[in-house]
Amino acid sequence: MNTEILGVVLQVVLLVAISWPLGRYIAKVYKGERTLLDFWAPVERKIYKICGIDPAEEMNWKQFLKALLTVNLFWFFWGMILLVCQGWLPLNPDGNAGQTPDQAFNTCISFMVNCNLQHYSGESGLTYFTQLYVIMLFQFVTAATGMAALAGIFKAMAGKTVQTIGNFWVYLVKSVTRILLPLSLIVGFILILNGTPMGFDGKQTLTTMEGATQEISQGPTAAIVPIKQLGTNGGGYFGSNSSHPLENPNYLTNATECWSILIIAMSMVFALGFYLQRKKLAAWIYGVMLAAFLTTVCFSVHFEMQGSEQIAEMGISQEIGSMEGKEIRNGSAGTALWAMVTTVTSNGSVNGMHDSLTPLTGMLTMLNMQINCWFGGVGVGFMNYYTFIIIAVFISGLMVGRTPEFLGKKIEAREMKIAVIVALLHPFVILTGTALSSFLAAHSPELASAWLNNPSFHGFSEMLYEYTSSAANNGSGFEGLVDNTPFWNISTGIVLILSRYLPIVGQVAIAGLLAQKKYIPESAGTLKTDTGTFSLMTFAVIFIVAALSFFPALTLGPIADTLSF
Amino acid sequence: MKNNKALFSKDLVVASIGQSFRKLDPRIMFRNPIMFTVEVVTFVLLLVIVYSAAVGDASQGGFAYNMVLFVVLFLTLLFANFAEAIAEARGKAQADSLRKTREETPAKLRVGKDMKIVSSSTLKKGDIFECEAGDTIPMDGEIIEGLASIDESAITGESAPVIREAGGDKSSVTGGTKVLSDHIVVRVTAGQGQSFLDKMIALVEGASRQKTPNEIALTILLAGFTLVFVIVCMTLKPFADYVQTNITIAALVSLFVCLIPTTIGGLLSAIGIAGMDRALRANVITKSGKAVETAGDIDTLLLDKTGTITIGNRKATKFHAAEGVDKDAFIDACLLSSVADETPEGKSIVELGRESGHRMRNLPTAGARMIRFSAETKCSGVDLADGRRIRKGAYEAIRRIAEESGHPFTKEVNELVTAITSNGGTPLVVSENERIIGVIELQDIIKPGIQERFERLRRMGVKTVMVTGDNPLTAKYIAEKAGVDDYIAEAKPEDKMEYIKAEQQRGKLVAMMGDGTNDAPALAQADVGVAMNSGTQAAKEAGNMVDLDNDPTKLIEIVEIGKQLLMTRGTLTTFSIANDVAKYFAIVPALFMASIPALGALNIMGLHSPQSAILSAVIFNAVIIPILIPLALRGVKYKPIGASALLRRNLLIYGLGGVIAPFVGIKLIDMFVSIFM
Repeated sequence: MNTEILGVVLQVVLLVAISWPLGRYIAKVYKGERTLLDFWAPVERKIYKICGIDPAEEMNWKQFLKALLTVNLFWFFWGMILLVCQGWLPLNPDGNAGQTPDQAFNTCISFMVNCNLQHYSGESGLTYFTQLYVIMLFQFVTAATGMAALAGIFKAMAGKTVQTIGNFWVYLVKSVTRILLPLSLIVGFILILNGTPMGFDGKQTLTTMEGATQEISQGPTAAIVPIKQLGTNGGGYFGSNSSHPLENPNYLTNATECWSILIIAMSMVFALGFYLQRKKLAAWIYGVMLAAFLTTVCFSVHFEMQGSEQIAEMGISQEIGSMEGKEIRNGSAGTALWAMVTTVTSNGSVNGMHDSLTPLTGMLTMLNMQINCWFGGVGVGFMNYYTFIIIAVFISGLMVGRTPEFLGKKIEAREMKIAVIVALLHPFVILTGTALSSFLAAHSPELASAWLNNPSFHGFSEMLYEYTSSAANNGSGFEGLVDNTPFWNISTGIVLILSRYLPIVGQVAIAGLLAQKKYIPESAGTLKTDTGTFSLMTFAVIFIVAALSFFPALTLGPIADTLSF
Repeated sequence: MKNNKALFSKDLVVASIGQSFRKLDPRIMFRNPIMFTVEVVTFVLLLVIVYSAAVGDASQGGFAYNMVLFVVLFLTLLFANFAEAIAEARGKAQADSLRKTREETPAKLRVGKDMKIVSSSTLKKGDIFECEAGDTIPMDGEIIEGLASIDESAITGESAPVIREAGGDKSSVTGGTKVLSDHIVVRVTAGQGQSFLDKMIALVEGASRQKTPNEIALTILLAGFTLVFVIVCMTLKPFADYVQTNITIAALVSLFVCLIPTTIGGLLSAIGIAGMDRALRANVITKSGKAVETAGDIDTLLLDKTGTITIGNRKATKFHAAEGVDKDAFIDACLLSSVADETPEGKSIVELGRESGHRMRNLPTAGARMIRFSAETKCSGVDLADGRRIRKGAYEAIRRIAEESGHPFTKEVNELVTAITSNGGTPLVVSENERIIGVIELQDIIKPGIQERFERLRRMGVKTVMVTGDNPLTAKYIAEKAGVDDYIAEAKPEDKMEYIKAEQQRGKLVAMMGDGTNDAPALAQADVGVAMNSGTQAAKEAGNMVDLDNDPTKLIEIVEIGKQLLMTRGTLTTFSIANDVAKYFAIVPALFMASIPALGALNIMGLHSPQSAILSAVIFNAVIIPILIPLALRGVKYKPIGASALLRRNLLIYGLGGVIAPFVGIKLIDMFVSIFM
């Protein structure tokens, strides 16, 4: 077998194999059962004590969300102040200046919502201090926020008529100490061994073989890259993200980083099964997600490795695939896999240029983000799937002649209202955003040429991608778009905030409301949700609601792009 | 009164067509958000057509073509309205046929001590009237004095007369039924326009119909789908501007109307009304649409043994002579003891005797003196002219008689009695001159076919519970034989109540049927309480349905009607949404093919032209509504094959079918339309 394809297969096998035991471990962590890492407990107790948290307090869903939103607001101010003042703070060997308030605002929001859309370059826009205490800190805590929200939903789903869904603070702290930190240490260790820098020295000056002088940026890279991947954050240490040779030195680090993106999101689904003692349900959900993910991987690997006939005719070799915008050490298959992995999750780190992907792979990256729940971001990915489960349960419940119920709880008007709003939000922000920019671009040629690297359909794809990436809290870009303008900063900023908090609030609310309801035991007439039929139904709902809404937009972007190539 | 009228009779259709236009009033349309948006965009299209024609603007497409689109959209609205109107009309027609039975009749109103003949329509609640043999009962009421046999065939279609009497559980009479014998005094329970039937007609007519919780949740979902497509269509205009394509308003409106779930939106209220109508066809009056819906969710069914599981009364099945008693002499004695016994048990003894060759006419009945059953003695019998005293009765009663006069109650008889009891039978002990001569075995006769019905319920996930006054041994035997899941033996009315509460505590929904005043609390407590029409007013008030046939097995039918109602909604929603796949492939390429020829590759159906593609999609979208009206009215057939299998089946038919049907339909319509274009 082709070694490139073998590499892809091995990475996928490694993901699936490890997500099972890791899922069991995560379930134990959230249930508060004994684990190998219990030696952390004293540290956690210290944290609770310092922060004045009572770890035994049980919160209802409203208190839970209040805690979540409050701490996010706190981080916003923390980030703003440090970013603006970074020039005067320590750990700044290169003497980088503080960010302007509007840039700091954009950076802060984008990292706070786990999106990591970057309108700066890490080498010059940040100091080592802010890299660590804004960027890295946010990468830990925002990932943990999503995981904590899901832990609350786990507890709500497991409960039979309960008012409380656990303690947000405890879930948050444990997500960091028990899951994110240990995994980051392991991944970081592998990266250091392979040459990723880890230190506090400033830029290194080198003389190249040709005799020219180069300034090489470095710093605590190996500390940040692991959590960038594991927490589905995606904000690179360097401007060119994981295509940068120091951030991602060789094929092994590439595979490790690619694995890190998906592993926690995958494990979370199994964790659901272990937590609820419903392994079959989890396995079916996992199966749907994996099947959809692998389908996109197969297509994209095929498209990228095959390259483009038209380009080959122009005399550019396509023998090792379409290599425009790709790194030789990652290869066309490795880049295609990464492109899928980073878009099914809300990661957004890249190891190549997405703008240069073949149009149909480009469409798949967008479709992945538009659906946003094939594994998805850590915690929030399953929560998005949960919204669709609610809608699927409702329709299929009716189809078998029973008031719809999920895990013994009736789905009624109130939950339906929330689920519909959450499901609607995604197409709403993406399509209205793209419509607004299209309108401006169509009626003002100057704007169009200032924004877009490419005219016509590909330019449309660039705009569609930007809003899709923001709404999915992904953060990757079809980098052809010149996005550091007030219009893009503001409009994507609004999209970022809406798409992060509204779904989390809605999903936790649904779970909390359902938890309070009367528990109905299963009977022969109850619709079973852990079956292939129901999984197919959920898939159909996701496909029709999430994917088909974008059909006209995708037609004018990547599809028209391919067909008129 | 079973009404087997065809789905669309001519007069109903004519009335409904008129209604369809009246329902175009936006104030009425507003109740249905999906069809309301269709009405709005249809109106917008009309404005565009008029404007374009007035100023001679050609950028919005040809006048004739746009007019055709407008007409099709307008028809879509009418079809949806027609679906609702025909459902209402059918419900009303059914109710009217019941109401016709209570046309103006003279009533003998009691005024003080006198009696006055008045028209039935002037009777008010609380009035007291009298009826004699041959009279038609003028108004629903409760007997306060007397007993009568009544012909209720006008309501139930059952020709055998029934007995109604004051004080008991069968004290209600219905207006329009006929008194066959005796004399009764009745108090009016509901004035003109206030009866359950009148309330139900109001429900069907829509004036007082409230959306059920489930209907509300579905409407929210459908409104959500509608909103998604509002966004999709609104944003398409700037997208098209960017790629320099002109999309006409007519095309956008068409895309929008095709994508939103008009099929289910147009049929939703018809489905709900048809549910109540189907209940009415089963001769069940429902007090709310919600009750029908809840019936589909029932987990536990409480059924009275007598009349539901077993045929009304016990029957004698065997004569057991005591040791040393001649069998023929014993059977003769048994027959003699029942010579004047008019109870069903007594009659069945005579019948059983005849089967074994013993005739009453051969027996010395002349000069015999009858001893009637009384609550004190708990036995009945006969004193013959030859001095023999024959008694039959409950074990306890006869034992006392025998022992008081010094005769032994032998061990052998005791064993016999126990054996009969544990077999689910009831022993009737017979004595002659205070000496025990044997035992008659009475058995409950389980209704033929009832096991299959319970099996069906079990596969639906419904637990059946038998309620009986019998002792636990007998109850257990019958429960096993009939195949019910559980039983309540020696049941008192409060036992039912407790059982219901316990089930509800565990999150189950419970249905029961009852007729007596002491059933009323349990009827009110149950999630679905069906009162028999013959029952007391209290019971009828407490329940949320009234069964005109007084048929205890009706509950099973009601559960299926409820399930059908939900299923019809679910499957048509799925069908409606699945249709969108094909519609996208019909319209989206059509919008852009002219300016971006490469997109012609998406025209996988090979439709004739962009215009014909859009028109075909819109026509398909319109005609699918009337095509599905019969399904909406009849309901999707329920099959008790388990939830997963049912989902698979419906997903295959309505999901996959919903994807494929429009591809075929639109292509066919396109082939037809392209002839004219």
